[in-house]
Amino acid sequence: MTPSLQRHLNILDFALSSLWRRKGKNLSLLAVYTLIIFIIASIVFFTQALKREAGLVLQDAPDLVVQRMVAGRHDPIPVSYATAIAAIRGVSEVTPRYWGYYYDPVTGANFTLVAADDPQLKPEAIAIGSGVARTSRISIGDFLPLKDLKGSPVLFSVQKIFPSASELVAADLIQLRQEDFLRLFDFPSGRATDLAVSAGNPAELETIAAKIVHDFPDTRPILKSEMLRTYDSVFDWRSGLVLVVLAVAVLSFIIFAWDKATGLSAEEKKEIGILKSIGWETTDVLLLKSFEGIVISLSAFLAGVSLGYLHVFFFSVSLFEHALKGWSVLYPEFKLTPVIDPYLICLLFLLSVGPYIAATVVPSWLAATVDPDAAMRS
Amino acid sequence: MVTLRKSTQFFLLIALNLLVLAALVLHAEVRSREPAARRSASRILVRQLKLSDLCLFTEARYTRHPAMADRHAPFQDHPLALEHFPSGSLVTPPALRREAK
Repeated sequence: MTPSLQRHLNILDFALSSLWRRKGKNLSLLAVYTLIIFIIASIVFFTQALKREAGLVLQDAPDLVVQRMVAGRHDPIPVSYATAIAAIRGVSEVTPRYWGYYYDPVTGANFTLVAADDPQLKPEAIAIGSGVARTSRISIGDFLPLKDLKGSPVLFSVQKIFPSASELVAADLIQLRQEDFLRLFDFPSGRATDLAVSAGNPAELETIAAKIVHDFPDTRPILKSEMLRTYDSVFDWRSGLVLVVLAVAVLSFIIFAWDKATGLSAEEKKEIGILKSIGWETTDVLLLKSFEGIVISLSAFLAGVSLGYLHVFFFSVSLFEHALKGWSVLYPEFKLTPVIDPYLICLLFLLSVGPYIAATVVPSWLAATVDPDAAMRS
Repeated sequence: MVTLRKSTQFFLLIALNLLVLAALVLHAEVRSREPAARRSASRILVRQLKLSDLCLFTEARYTRHPAMADRHAPFQDHPLALEHFPSGSLVTPPALRREAK
């Protein structure tokens, strides 16, 4: 072993002994540090996985959805618009979508009702998402009463339950036949909720959307790219969910580092003075303090990241469950496909380990440059 | 009994942590290669029912379908309406949409 390596190992041994001497303080420091990294890592893993899942699942979403706006709000669109839109060059198909919401007073849950042509679905029969089955405690063959516009209950028999693997898109869905949907809501005839437009060439979508707005100024086209971007922005670190929790975690880290950086305890100053008086160089003291910082921050980082991963992908983000559920009665239960973005992990490493080591070393450097006699007497 | 020096114990602990992290990276790699069956159930429904949104928050219209929401979604009830759904603080207003030209 080279003398230089031996020297570093000796200083590391000393640093570990020094940390262990104040084990109460340092273990609590390690626990808080690990907790902060754990929270940040959980958010990073959760949002990255959701963003990726949204991008992959919504690949098959409609190319373009056309809504009608009345007084700035979404209103049923005349089905006659579909014929005119279908005539626009580049449009391959226009399908009216019939969907809406139903508040179930029994369970207090909100369901999404979708009418879609499925020849296998019988009249007054429904296909439901696993979340609906779980919340209403019903299964295939049971009846689900839905109140129509006049308040009379209509009994729908459950013909099918969507696979639980599809909960991320279909937990609260109730699929029914178009005539049942129109009758239940007494939907205005000749109207649909909105129109789904398919284009042969995705590059033409922008032009098609502009043409639709030109021909029908009361409409608002929403491109597939905009739908995907919505999820990107919801789960982006700069906004919404992530910003709220990240801000709290980063602030607590700053307070924590600030506390560390604003000064050493009298005991630590005295220790530095003694070390210098028995012949330690300033560089040795700095090395010692750097090692102390590295031991704490590296251990916290590795443990925090691993625990964050386990929390998100093995325990389905159970600690954030209440924040995510809000007032929802019906909440999807889904397992996310793990994603580890090396860029974000490196960023997390640099932003957590770097500042902490700096916050440990800088005050030690200030103390190490003071005369040992003064340091010991202080 | 041989007592390991403290630095060796520390290196062993870090090596163990790195091993756990490597196992998790491997787990992520393996899991991301087998998603077809699980994800295809969702993709089929998205295609068949022409769905546009993920079912994440079911409490309000604009959190259930953020991509289809009104332009001023969190304040949709009236211009000075206070946000009353908890997930409204998690879901931001929709990104800038195409304005009528």
